[in-house]
Amino acid sequence: MDEIQKSLLEEIAGLHEVPAGAYNIRANGGMAGRNTTANIDIVTKEDKQGIDIIIKPGTKKESIHIPVIISESGLTEMVYNDFYIGEDSDVVIVAGCGIHNGGDKKSQHDGIHSFFVGKNAKVKYVEKHYGKGEGTGERIMNPTTIIEIDEGGYMELETVQIKGVDSTDRVTKATLKEGAKLVVGEKLMTHGSQYARTAFEVDLNGESSSAKVVSRSVAKDESSQIFLAKINGNNKCVGHSECDAIIMDNAKISAIPEINANDLNAELIHEAAIGKIAGEQLLKLMTLGLTEEEAEAHIVNGFLK
Amino acid sequence: MLELRNISFSVDSEKGKKEILKDVSLTIDDNKFIAITGPNGGGKSTLAKIMMGIEKPTSGQIIFNGTDITDMSITERANMGMSFAFQQPVRFKGIKVKDIIKLAAKDNLSTAGICDYLSEVGLCARDYINRDVDGSLSGGELKRIEIATVLARNTELSIFDEPEAGIDLWSFKNLIKVFEKMHKEKEQTIIIISHQERILNIADEIVVIADGTFRAKGKKDDILPELLKGTGGCKFYND
Repeated sequence: MDEIQKSLLEEIAGLHEVPAGAYNIRANGGMAGRNTTANIDIVTKEDKQGIDIIIKPGTKKESIHIPVIISESGLTEMVYNDFYIGEDSDVVIVAGCGIHNGGDKKSQHDGIHSFFVGKNAKVKYVEKHYGKGEGTGERIMNPTTIIEIDEGGYMELETVQIKGVDSTDRVTKATLKEGAKLVVGEKLMTHGSQYARTAFEVDLNGESSSAKVVSRSVAKDESSQIFLAKINGNNKCVGHSECDAIIMDNAKISAIPEINANDLNAELIHEAAIGKIAGEQLLKLMTLGLTEEEAEAHIVNGFLK
Repeated sequence: MLELRNISFSVDSEKGKKEILKDVSLTIDDNKFIAITGPNGGGKSTLAKIMMGIEKPTSGQIIFNGTDITDMSITERANMGMSFAFQQPVRFKGIKVKDIIKLAAKDNLSTAGICDYLSEVGLCARDYINRDVDGSLSGGELKRIEIATVLARNTELSIFDEPEAGIDLWSFKNLIKVFEKMHKEKEQTIIIISHQERILNIADEIVVIADGTFRAKGKKDDILPELLKGTGGCKFYND
């Protein structure tokens, strides 16, 4: 792996070298490293690009790293990854995609991730997207995440896209059975002329299932963002979506929350707020000796932390 | 230390120009503890904001340690040694109590250092340092954190805009000790906008601002009786 690839890996997964435990590193469309453990198997798909990650029932306290890095300008790929999280397991999966585009052709990573979370299993999925490179070629990422959570299962989804991705269209669809729980935390920042669309659709099918979808975003310069969150309460359930956005410069942000109660005992809430940085916040930090620009940076960093 | 020369401030309202401050001149000497008091809506808070640069006067001059700071920004004034505690503390999503105290102190404070400032304002530090400075804190808690940021700045001049608002009387007794310590031990100059008799009692001098004008400045014994006389009745009924 060269220096550019190493720096991407550090940026998206916090890795300086190969991680402990199970991992699969995909670089420029091919496999750059893999390790399996007694409880976690990783198998290359034969009919299409991608891998199956199979976690044995009862696997506890193990982690899986599956970073994707692209440093070749003009590479376009579509990858299918399926995660089978066995019953009663408790694992952390760190994914992420870093694109370094030094050329003038667009580099694009599209991925469809499917999660089958077994009964009473617990999984935390962390996904970080990052782009850089001095080239004029676009850096594009379109992740689709399909989630099925079985009875009593729990999934936490943490996604971060702070820098350098020119265009993203993110789709997350989840269905939850009895007692299942989904927690989503999304952090997004767009700048320049970037575009980001993020759409959530959650079906709360099982009794006492619950979902919380929280998005915090900052749109700077001429960038634009669209946030869609649709929660369908089809049983006795609790659903909550929240979009909190800071708008700056000439950016545009749309938040379109939708909640559908199809059961008398569905409790659904949506909150959406878009606004510029409060003037009084800037004033307070300026009385501490910060310039207006420094104050703004602190407020944005804190908001997306 | 600080001199206000013929400060006026007006805003445009539906009924035309509204004068908030009219030709206020005031000199505050080094190491003094000054209480500014007067009726609500009299212009006290505006005067404090003008000192810090949060509002710009329509006319007049502000001199700080011999330098004309009338056209200087808030940041410049802050870095020259002025601090300001807001009447209504600002809330931040994602900025932690420890972050804001560190920003105020401008150096790499240890956790123990941050805790010292919080303890001084009566907050049990361990419970607070990792909390966000947002709506999850009560008004009184935010107010104390606001005061702690000014303590952490440790500047020559500190201005507090109604520090008592939102703080229960019992706690306020302890906060007064904080102001006294800043004044006596650290020899800093303190300006407090206040209606609290306890604060007026410990101030070196009391300044009375009413109806946008400077009314009086002097020792407690001279000013307090006059002030209290004025509260005997409602103007509406007296007229």
